Order: sequence, then structure tokens, then C-alpha cells
Amino acid sequence: MANIISDETIEYVGILAKLELDSEEKEQAKKDMGRMLDYIDKLNELDTDGIEPMSHIFPVDNVFREDEVCNGDGREITLANAPERKEDSFVVPKTIVG
Amino acid sequence: MSLMNLTAVGLGKKIQNKEVSAPEAAKAALDAIKAKEAEINSFVTVDSEGALKRAEEVQKLIDKGKLAGSLAGVPVAVKDNMCTKGLLTTCSSKILGNYIPMFTADAVLNLEKAGAVIIGKTNMDEFAMGSTTETSAFGPTKNPWDTGHVPGGSSGGSCAAVAAEECPYALGSDTGGSIRQPSSFCGVTGIKPTYGTVSRYGLIAYGSSLDQIGPVAKDVTDCATILEVISSYDQKDSTSVKRDNYNFTSALEDNVKGMKIGIPADYFGEGLDREVKEAVLNAAKELEKKGAVIEEFNLSLVDYAIPAYYIIACAEASSNLARFDGVKYGYRTEDYNGLHNMYKKTRSEGFGAEVKRRIMLGSFVLSSGYYDAYYIKALKTKALIKKAFDKAFNKYDVILGPAAPQTAPALGESLSDPLKMYLGDIYTISANLAGLPGITVPCGISSKRLPIGLQLLGNCFEEKNIIRVAYAFEQTREYAHSPLA
Amino acid sequence: MKQYETVIGLEVHVELATKTKIFCSCPTEFGGAPNSHTCPVCTGMPGSLPVLNKKVVEYAVAVGLATNCSITQNCKFDRKNYFYPDNPQNYQISQLYYPICRNGGIEITTENGITKTIGIHEIHMEEDAGKLVHDEWGESSLVDFNRSGVPLIEIVSEPDMRSAEEVIAYLDKLRLIIQYLGASDCKLQEGSMRADVNLSIREAGTEEFGTRTEMKNLNSFKAIARAIEAEKERQIDIIESGGKVVQETRRWDDNKEYSYAMRSKEDAQDYRYFPEPDLVPVIISDSWLEEIKLSQPEFRDEKLKRYKEEYKIPDYDAQIITGNKHLADIFEAATAICNNPKKVSNWLMVETMRLMKENDMEPEQLKFSPENLAKLVNLAESRVINSQTAKEVFEKVFSDDIDPEKYVEENGLKTVSDDGALREIVQKVIEENPQPVEDYHNGKKKAMGFLVGQIMKEMKGKADPAMANNILKELL
Repeated sequence: MANIISDETIEYVGILAKLELDSEEKEQAKKDMGRMLDYIDKLNELDTDGIEPMSHIFPVDNVFREDEVCNGDGREITLANAPERKEDSFVVPKTIVG
Repeated sequence: MSLMNLTAVGLGKKIQNKEVSAPEAAKAALDAIKAKEAEINSFVTVDSEGALKRAEEVQKLIDKGKLAGSLAGVPVAVKDNMCTKGLLTTCSSKILGNYIPMFTADAVLNLEKAGAVIIGKTNMDEFAMGSTTETSAFGPTKNPWDTGHVPGGSSGGSCAAVAAEECPYALGSDTGGSIRQPSSFCGVTGIKPTYGTVSRYGLIAYGSSLDQIGPVAKDVTDCATILEVISSYDQKDSTSVKRDNYNFTSALEDNVKGMKIGIPADYFGEGLDREVKEAVLNAAKELEKKGAVIEEFNLSLVDYAIPAYYIIACAEASSNLARFDGVKYGYRTEDYNGLHNMYKKTRSEGFGAEVKRRIMLGSFVLSSGYYDAYYIKALKTKALIKKAFDKAFNKYDVILGPAAPQTAPALGESLSDPLKMYLGDIYTISANLAGLPGITVPCGISSKRLPIGLQLLGNCFEEKNIIRVAYAFEQTREYAHSPLA
Repeated sequence: MKQYETVIGLEVHVELATKTKIFCSCPTEFGGAPNSHTCPVCTGMPGSLPVLNKKVVEYAVAVGLATNCSITQNCKFDRKNYFYPDNPQNYQISQLYYPICRNGGIEITTENGITKTIGIHEIHMEEDAGKLVHDEWGESSLVDFNRSGVPLIEIVSEPDMRSAEEVIAYLDKLRLIIQYLGASDCKLQEGSMRADVNLSIREAGTEEFGTRTEMKNLNSFKAIARAIEAEKERQIDIIESGGKVVQETRRWDDNKEYSYAMRSKEDAQDYRYFPEPDLVPVIISDSWLEEIKLSQPEFRDEKLKRYKEEYKIPDYDAQIITGNKHLADIFEAATAICNNPKKVSNWLMVETMRLMKENDMEPEQLKFSPENLAKLVNLAESRVINSQTAKEVFEKVFSDDIDPEKYVEENGLKTVSDDGALREIVQKVIEENPQPVEDYHNGKKKAMGFLVGQIMKEMKGKADPAMANNILKELL
């Protein structure tokens, strides 16, 4: 089954991933995605009825921390690499507050 | 003869015996790097000042008898996706081109506690996405065996640095084969441990359920020694596994009598280079001579591992890399118009083509309407693959095969056909899906003078089995130094 | 005229009262300089990893049990992916596929006396986002991650509510339960409890659900009520004029009393949930469940009983005071200090309630401390100040949490109980008011009141009225 990736799909995925492609890149992306999805479709050959999806390989569970404060004033560490900063806050283009 | 010709353990011994000082060792590494970097480009950052300073400190502690371990004073190169406090950490990406972490990865901290001297950060495929180190934003690394060829990836810089003898050992990371494949292309030894053995805290994530940090060095003894030091149970990493013991070096014994070695017939089909096949099968014969029992079997599901891997890895990556948005750290685009424009431009300008490709594929397979068909399907496939390995390891102690279907490709050959490049991961990928430990050791040189690597896979938590078999096989050969060594 | 039914469901986010955040050991304490309560984990630094706070699980289970949910004994976390500056990783760790609690319900009694059960679809754990503040000086916003990673539980109700009254009753009951568990202080105004309203309308008697909208930014019970009425009307208008309600998120502006759509084509609203690979599943064994059940603090009904038996408070008062954890806490703390439950109760039931109503306040907004209330009670009981003065002082305690002892001292409000001085004034008043005195002698009792009033005036309110009365009677 050939996967034909449309312009809409590439644009939609671009919105999800916050990526902007120029027209050349878009064409290439459509081709690449199409080919990769064709290859991935191979999985349809495999009968996985009744198989539990395995998100974690080891049966490890209940890894917890105690509710005790261990961290101090994190400002220096947090803001050290800030591309734009105003006093102790990060600066970003205006957003709708809410 | 440079000190860099020695193994890490060998150099460590000389340092403990006071034959060599840590600063001398550091200087030898820096000299080697200076001499060879122009040709191979294995480093993103060389920290001469920091390394020499640190070597002095370490030497003082050694003199006081406070650092008596095998790696004390030995220089190490760290792949540039592991955070090193105060030292540039870029993941070979423009988007982190100016990023200086405020903490150090736990695996690296473990090395520092043992007296390691970090000489620099090695080049890699951008965000560990790639198999040739050609997707790096800072130019490709060249293979020290033939600089017209790639070193493999994504830990190409680490493997090339060791093969070129710029440094005695290095740390790499492995998500789909990124330690094992470049080790095989560069003729060095590398280990990917069982998932959860080495802390992922401070490793900049690509595929969270697949990533592991591991050693790259000239031989099995070095790798086992390094693995012992970097492994630990870390409470800051919820996926960290508390192992019963970490004495991997106890397996360094030339004794494989009675060990059962399985060779998957499905690994030896079309697409496998003839010379690679020959070298790998010869290696099996050597092990047989030593008393191992070799048997061919059907592993099955081999063809489904790659699509399952790419779905899972790209899905996780698309989410892990979302944080790179120009807000808190790293690159921010200069001209933008509003928030979403800033996001898009920053990421589009900051990420390379392969990274963007994988992020887009990952976002797509997780998107509404496709999640069950792709992501859930991949997780089910993963479950089946694990089952197949469980079955295999009921019969065999170790699974033997090639590390890659061919030797190192020439530069510039691979990126135009991403799918073909992905198919090259066929032997290494399943180990990441199933969390298995794997080791690559050199087992031959091709007619074109390119190294061939042998891969051994063990069951989860059975590093000792693969170390033992690898060590025994290693004794049958001389270590081949690369032309640039 | 068609009859319409309003169908309402609520998504309530509650900030849990843990000391540390959900995935790191940063303090959850309110305030502090921006980004001072942060670390690599809650700011999404590359290489950081989350580790779950055990207490969050315990609170979530406790709330689930108290709201009659079944506990998902094998629950997992998922990533919810979306880009926004207050979300440091551009994904939120939440629970979609296996939330910790499911299929519960709480009983409410509406103002009409109707009892009904509001279903709870699920409760899940998740992390809060940071805060965005507009920079007054320009075209940018400032990001503060102090709140990022604060643990939340989200309580999703079934669309079982049919009016604003039912919504308020539900929120009130939910708040009561959670406060009593100590799981959160549930202050709507401070954001430790946030309610998003999902509303649709349909013709009365029909089964099918209409298209619903989601409303955000509802910061008080009154705002919620107003928003519900307005949205109901808005949707009815659309339907009546032949249009279709658009499924969207709307932001309520309580000052302007209207809502507007928060639409953006930049947000696909496709969250691409997938299991969080950095966290392992949470298994809640039967024994752990038992442990959590047994360690619950005193519930409302027990407290009610105790107040009536121990403090001898009448049922009506006890109902009101225990009806809100804050009030109950103030009551108990003040009583512990001054040992006068009846008076403390009185002050809460009469003056406090009055002032709360006047100022349109919820009990969570009460600012005064139990210590100061206790002091006031003592001052009044020992008659250092008279009842009128006490009322005035209380107003100050209520609004500014002043120390009544200091205040009385500084403003010289002590009742003058000096017999001599009082006598002088009484005498003076008698002399200055011959007519009222005569009226009194002629049997006009009202004149007494007038004279006492005059005495109080002379004394600037600081006389003990009872005492003034006696002396007056004596001298007349």
C-alpha cells in the first residue's frame, strides 16, 4: 500500500512539531515520510492479536521519592543558559495569559 | 610510542606504579589530538585547560593514596550528548551550540569519582540520530582506517578517537546500535549494557526506553573495567535497575567450554557482505575450537525490528526534543514574529534534516488516528521480539552475529537514502528493543582494509556471558592498530 | 417556546498539599522570587528525569476513596504533548490511559432539597505548569517555573449537572471532602482549586448530547454561576437562530461578564498521548490501600459529633462551622487558646458570617488568625471592652488581622470602669438633660435609653453600659 503524504499532512505535522519547511523541504519530506510509512506498513504482516503492548521491558514498579524538600534556590542553575532573561524570569514573545 | 598506544587499564597501571603521571597522560592525549584532529574531526570540544588542571588534582590524590582504582588519571573522551558541568554540551547540534550544563551526568560523575580526566567531548550524529556521524552540525568524523569513509554512528567521534589513539577510551551511547556499529566500523570494542544498568540522568534523551551509555575502548578488559565504574543504581533515574552485582571484570576469563552459542540463520540472508559473513563465521569456528557449542537457529521477527524501532524511537524523540524551543536554553532565532513563529523558526533553523525527519515521523505516528495503527502496533511487536529472545536464551548463553551488514561506507553515500541507512541497523536494533546487553569486538579486516566487527548478545543482566565469550575470542587475535594510530 | 436543558460536566484541578513537587524535591511553597523553587527536572533541562513523589499517590488514592471511586491498582503515566512557554518540556506528564481512580460519585443536595449523585468519570495525577506574566513594558511575557511540577489531581465529572446551583453544590462538597482529607486547601481565588466548565444544551426530554464548549478562568463560585448562565443563553440563542454551537474553549471575563473563544490555528489540540517511558507503573496493593484508608484524618461527620458533644455547640452552629474546614480549623484553634467555644462559635456564626456576606467572600479567604480571635473573645469576656467596642474591633481583626490587645491599648478603647470618673459623667449628664430626667421620673423608660446614650457619648463609647445603667438608676 503506497502511502501518499499530502501537503495538508505535512503542514499538520509541522504544526504539531513546530517545524517550518520550505517548499523544497516539504516535497522531500513528503517523499521520505511516504517511503518510511510504506516500510513501516510491513508490521501489518505480523499477527499481534491478543498481545499486550509492552511499554516497559522490565516488571519494575513503584519507584518513589519521599516528600522531603532537598532542593534550594535554583535560580542560578535554571537561568544560566537563558537566551533572553529579565531579572529572574525568562522572556518570551507575548502570550495570552490564562 | 605514545602513551595513547596503551589500553586504559594498561595506562592506569603505569600511573599507579608511578611510571607515568596523570598530567603526562593528559598531555599525551592532548598532543595526539592536536596531531590528528585535522584529519578525523572526532572532537567537538577539547578541554585542554580543564583536563590539565584536573590531571594535577587527580595526581595529588593518587599521591595521597586516595585514588587507587584502575582508571585513576587515565584520560577519557565523552560523547557530546552527556552533560558535563561547565563544559559545552551540544549533541552535535546547532540548537545546543552554546549550551553549558549546570550538572554532570551520573555515569560521568562515576568516572570522575574514580579519577578519570575528561579530555573533551566527542562528535556524534545530531542528537544521536544517524549511523554515520554525518548528520553532525560540526562536520563528519572520519574513519581512522580510511578517512574517505565514515566511522559509523552515532558514537562515531568516540570510536574514532579510540581507534586513532587520541584517547585510551571513551563513553558512547547506544539507542539502536550507536556504540556497537561504529565500534565495528572502527575496529574497536564497545558495550551496550542491559537497559537500566547505567544511569540515564544527564544523558540527553533520544529514545528514552532504548538509550544506554556504554564504554568504547581497545579491548574487552578495558570495556569491562569501565562498565564496572560507570554502572550504578541511581535514584534520580526511575528506570535505573539495582543490579545484584557489578563485578563484570570477574568474567574476564579465557574459558568458554560448554557455553552454548546460537547463530541466527535469519542474520545471514541477502544484504550481508560476503567478507563480513566469512569473518563472523570464522570467529564462531574459533570459539568452537575453544569448546563452545555453536548452533544455528531461527530467531524470527528480524525484519520487523526495524520498523518497530523507528516508530518507537522517533515517537519518543519527537517528544524528547520538544523542549528545544529557544525559551530556556540553546539557540533562539534572531528574527521572529510572535511566539509560535519563534518556536518554528528556532527549531527549523536549529535542527538538521535527519532530526527534523525523525521528529516529523514521530509526531505523525503518535497523532490522532494513527496511534493504534503505528505506536501500539510497534509496542506489541516489541513484546513479541522480547518473547523471541526469551525463547532463544532458554537454549543459548549468547547469540552471535555481525554488528553490521557491511563495513564502513564511504562519506556522502548514506544520507541520500535514509531508508537504506536505517536497514543497516538490522543486527543491533533488537537488543535495544529487548533491553539486552551487547558487545562488539573486532574480528577481521576487509580486502579494502576496513574493520569487521563481531556482535555478541546476551540475555538481560547477563553481561558476564558476553564478556566471557568476547574475551576468549579476543585472545585468538592481535589488536590491529588503525593507520592513524 | 422550546424548553432547554443545560448539561454540565466539570474538570476540577486541585493542587495537592505536598511539601515537594510531583517529580522533584523542589518546594511547592507559594511565593518566592521567580524561578527560585526550581531545578533541572521541573524546568526541563536536557538530561533531567522525573521521580514520583509517593505522597501524591497517597493523596490521589485518598480522594478517590472519599469520592467512592474504584482505584486503578495498576496505573501508569502518559505524556501529553503541546507547546507552550509555561510547559518546560513542551509535554505534560499526566495520565490518560490508566488514571488512578475511576467511576466514582458524590452526593449533593441542591438548594431545592433535591439529592442526587454526580458521577466522577475519573481522577488522575498530573503536573502543573509554570506561570506566565505580561511584561508591562513591552511585547513580551515573563516565565516563572516555580509552579511547574506542583502536583495536581484532575477530577473529571460525568455530565450529570443541570444547573449552576448543582455545580456549586458539587464544588462545595468536593472542596469539603478534599479539605478534610488535608489533600489541598482548595482556594479557588489562589488557584489551588480550578474549575473548567463543560456545557451544552439540548431540548428538554431528548437524550442526545449537544455540542459542548469548555469555559476557563472561573475564579469564584459567583463567576462560575454567572458564566454558566451566560453560556447557556449564548448557546440557546445560537440554536434558536438556526446556528450550530462550535466546540471550542472559551475564556470567561468576570468583569465584563462575557466569554470569548480562545481559538488558535496554531494549536491542533492533538496531544499525541503515549506512555511515559521515564516513569514506571504504580501498583497499589490491597495492603497499601488499607493503610491509606486507615490513616485518614477526622472526617466531617466525626467532627460534627465531637463539636456537639465536647464543645456543646448547638447542632445548627456545628453544621455551619464544620461545613467548611477553614472555619472549623479557626474555631478549634481559637477555642484551644481561649477555652470558650460558645463565644468563639458566636463570633464565627454572627459577625464573621455577616462580614463575609457583605464582602462577598468565601471562608477560604478569611485572613484573620485564630490567635487574634481568641484575644478578642478574652477582651470581651473580661469586659475590658464593651460589646459595642468589641464589634468594632472585630471588624478590624477581620479586615486586617490586627492584634486586638495592641489595638485597644493604642486607641485607648478600654472600658472605663473607674467608678468615680463614671459617676462624674453620669452626674453631668443628669444635670445637662433635665427634660429626659423628668420624663424618666414620669415613667418614660425610653428616656433611660437616651440618657445612657448620652453617657456613652460623653465617655466616647468606653463605658460599660451595664455599669452606667446602674449608676444612673442609683443617682436618679
